[in-house]
Amino acid sequence: MNRASLLSLLLLSCLTTPLIAVELSGNINSEFRYFANPPLNPQQHNENFALSAKLEMAKEWDNGYQLILFTPYLRLDQGDSERTQFDIRELIWSKAANEWELRVGIGQLFWGVSESQHLVDIINQTDLVAEPDGDEKLGQPMINLALIRDWGTVDLLLLPYFRERTFAGKNGRLRPAILVEQNNPRYESSRKQYHRDIALRWSHYKGDWDFGLSYFNGTSREPDFLLNGQQLQPYYRQIEQLGIDLQATKEGWLWKLEAIQRRNREGHYNAATLGFEYSFYGVYESSTDVGLVVEYLYDSRDNSAPSAFQNDLMLGLRFALNDTQSSEALIGTLTDIENGSIIYSVEASRRLGDNWKATLEGRIFQNIATTDPLYSYRQDDYLQLQLGYYF
Amino acid sequence: MIKWSTLLLSLLLSTTVLAETPQQRGLAIATAADTADNGWGDSSATMVMTLRNRQGDTTQRKIRNRQLEVKGDGDKSLTIFDSPNDVKGTAFLSHTHATRADDQWLYLPALKRVKRIASNNKSGPFMGSEFAYEDITSQELAKYTYSWLKDEIYDGRESHVIERIPTYKHSGYTKQIVWIDTTMLQPLKIDFYDRKGALLKTLTSHEYQQYKEKFWRPGRMEMVNHNNGKSTTLSWTDYKFGNGFSKRDFDKNSLKRIR
Repeated sequence: MNRASLLSLLLLSCLTTPLIAVELSGNINSEFRYFANPPLNPQQHNENFALSAKLEMAKEWDNGYQLILFTPYLRLDQGDSERTQFDIRELIWSKAANEWELRVGIGQLFWGVSESQHLVDIINQTDLVAEPDGDEKLGQPMINLALIRDWGTVDLLLLPYFRERTFAGKNGRLRPAILVEQNNPRYESSRKQYHRDIALRWSHYKGDWDFGLSYFNGTSREPDFLLNGQQLQPYYRQIEQLGIDLQATKEGWLWKLEAIQRRNREGHYNAATLGFEYSFYGVYESSTDVGLVVEYLYDSRDNSAPSAFQNDLMLGLRFALNDTQSSEALIGTLTDIENGSIIYSVEASRRLGDNWKATLEGRIFQNIATTDPLYSYRQDDYLQLQLGYYF
Repeated sequence: MIKWSTLLLSLLLSTTVLAETPQQRGLAIATAADTADNGWGDSSATMVMTLRNRQGDTTQRKIRNRQLEVKGDGDKSLTIFDSPNDVKGTAFLSHTHATRADDQWLYLPALKRVKRIASNNKSGPFMGSEFAYEDITSQELAKYTYSWLKDEIYDGRESHVIERIPTYKHSGYTKQIVWIDTTMLQPLKIDFYDRKGALLKTLTSHEYQQYKEKFWRPGRMEMVNHNNGKSTTLSWTDYKFGNGFSKRDFDKNSLKRIR
């Protein structure tokens, strides 16, 4: 064996050894959306097809105390070019020790307890174009040090780069009637996307109480809008946010509170979500669980709030059949107590065989007041069917 | 002199045994079983769960389990789902307590969210199987009252038959009849009686093996539901003791980095 072949053999073994140990999983999802009513603007589509893929590659070593996660995400959309997107959801190294954990890279971090909206959750930008309910998040560059003590966990975060919120494009549905000029945002900070945001959170639990206190200083994930000609220009302010999240788990009752105070140069406001979830297990001697979800959504800016949820009530029923296919459903309404606008919503899912999952989602916007930020969505009642392959 | 006292002591002991009530005897057996399994420290194992419906169709789930023994309180356990693929990475953390309600959290990897969940759902099915949550969580001594029924040969093995009644709230059972092997001090069979007092399910444990020359663990468990004709098999492999786990491996933070 000559030196070159020995070297290539060595190289090959170096390359393949870690590759073999990489754990690969993910899903491919096809999504079909049907809009029941004609759009506000004839450019907008009525039926739409989209395909997305999420890959997760994980490599752990050091007895699981060190880990690299790489999660690329790709979405192709038939009707809306703004919905076609590639994102790195995660590319992060983490190391865990007895009293601390360090995570460096692009990551995802969720804070909070509520179901209807996520006020306290501020680290990751919302991928609004992917999911109108805001549950899908963009990857966030971060350095996260968690100090783990007997009196709780303190998370310290440095966020060196800002991600802009995604909005539907001119052909897309579920968007403001005036198009968002999302490729031309304005920033309050002269450092624009490179403003270094910081955040910290103390979280702990005591008996059946789980709670967190958080602070954020940096670029608001939620933009204001400036009218710029025929379009809306997103304006990202510098803010400070104090947050509290709390859950009391008392037998079948989950009592939940999230509250924030947000300050910018011009003033401050408070917002909160307060509610409970109560579960009935094994109803009528079946194995089905039924949960009642009630949440009140408050925003002190009242009708001037850009948020649609300033004095609203969410009522939901959650069904879990506890069958082999993990069939689940959540049906509910979100009602504006002042102006009577209502969103009806349904989400249901079921596993098909071992590797497939079907998800049905629908929303009806009814009686939407002209003053409500959701007024732009008044024609956008939709039904969405997703079929996903998981591996 | 010493011999005399020993004799006296054993005489005393045997008379107390004779004078024992069924409740005392039942508790003594349960305590002996609990003591025999003391000191395992930590363990990990892999399990394949096979769900079988009335028609005999089967589906499988792969699950990993890690446990930490806690002295003076209930044990901590972590259950990680490897399949079906859509729930891969979901993890269930349980801190059991002898006298108060257990603390339980669920990690949902798709949302990167740790959720505190209600632990009073004892009788609900675990992962669509015939096992309820209360069947798979740590069996603490204080969770039942005991009563000895008889000793008999079960499946060719000498066993104590005891009745135990759950003392914790929200149990789906009025009683359980347990056949405990007299040498291993491990259950061979458990009959579960529902809230109406009717026989609901039977669990049998097979292929016991001894680890670290002390701790017996079953290789296979069969749960049969007499009501719906469904059954669930748990096949256990890769039992490991002395992994060096600490309480940090069973805290809320650990859930997010579980693979």
